Amino acid sequence: MSVEIIHDNKCLTAVITGELDHHSAADIRIAVEGELERSMPDMLVFDMDGVTFMDSSGVGLILGRARTVKQWGGKVRISRPSPRAEKILKLSGLSGLIAGKPTGKETAK
Amino acid sequence: MKNTANYMKITLAGHSKNESIARMCAAAFASQLDPTIEEVSDIKAAVSEAVTNCIVHAYPDSIGDIDIKMKIIGDDTLYIKISDKGTGIEDVDKAMEPMFTTAPEDDRAGLGFAVMQSFTDSLKVRSKPGKGTAVTMIKTLRRRGRNGQTD
Repeated sequence: MSVEIIHDNKCLTAVITGELDHHSAADIRIAVEGELERSMPDMLVFDMDGVTFMDSSGVGLILGRARTVKQWGGKVRISRPSPRAEKILKLSGLSGLIAGKPTGKETAK
Repeated sequence: MKNTANYMKITLAGHSKNESIARMCAAAFASQLDPTIEEVSDIKAAVSEAVTNCIVHAYPDSIGDIDIKMKIIGDDTLYIKISDKGTGIEDVDKAMEPMFTTAPEDDRAGLGFAVMQSFTDSLKVRSKPGKGTAVTMIKTLRRRGRNGQTD
């Protein structure tokens, strides 16, 4: 598991790679939480394209960080979850946080 | 010999790094039923939730044993039992309610049982406070290529 933090203006993106479970979520939480408190972004994006496994610990990680950014009115989005991760997100009622999927037009390119 | 169903029993120490090892073992055992990628992923998620529950809730202040037993029923069904000798659950029905958690400060979403329930065909939870908890899951696999070629 690894997490890379990208700052872009008032948006912070956490690019997560590998398996996202209770064990790895603890390290991701520490890395992301530190950056959040430093930069207080308007938007936190979890880029999940590189996530090869996720269980409900991923949901807990996202909910916990959503609580953090809410303190200053920030928002959370989830980008590019795998169909497997999406199944868990749906179950948890978090699918509304998934960033707009590419339209048919974009996919056709 | 022919009628003895295949089974596996492993005991893991309740270290969080063993969550991924438990998933890998479960996936490896299930592979003999030729599951789809989605079925493997469901099994891994369900096992991961059960094992995480043991680590977080059954043994909050210690490292205890987590017993995983898997067996094949018939030619397409997987039986998974994950048990601990930890704190146990006072009210199993309450614990199984989606979004209910006793550890919100630890980023727990309260969805462990919900994932186990929706990713398998049957989930049974037996628990005795002070004695431990046993979670039993059963999942029948579609099996790729069972009727010639399905995929």
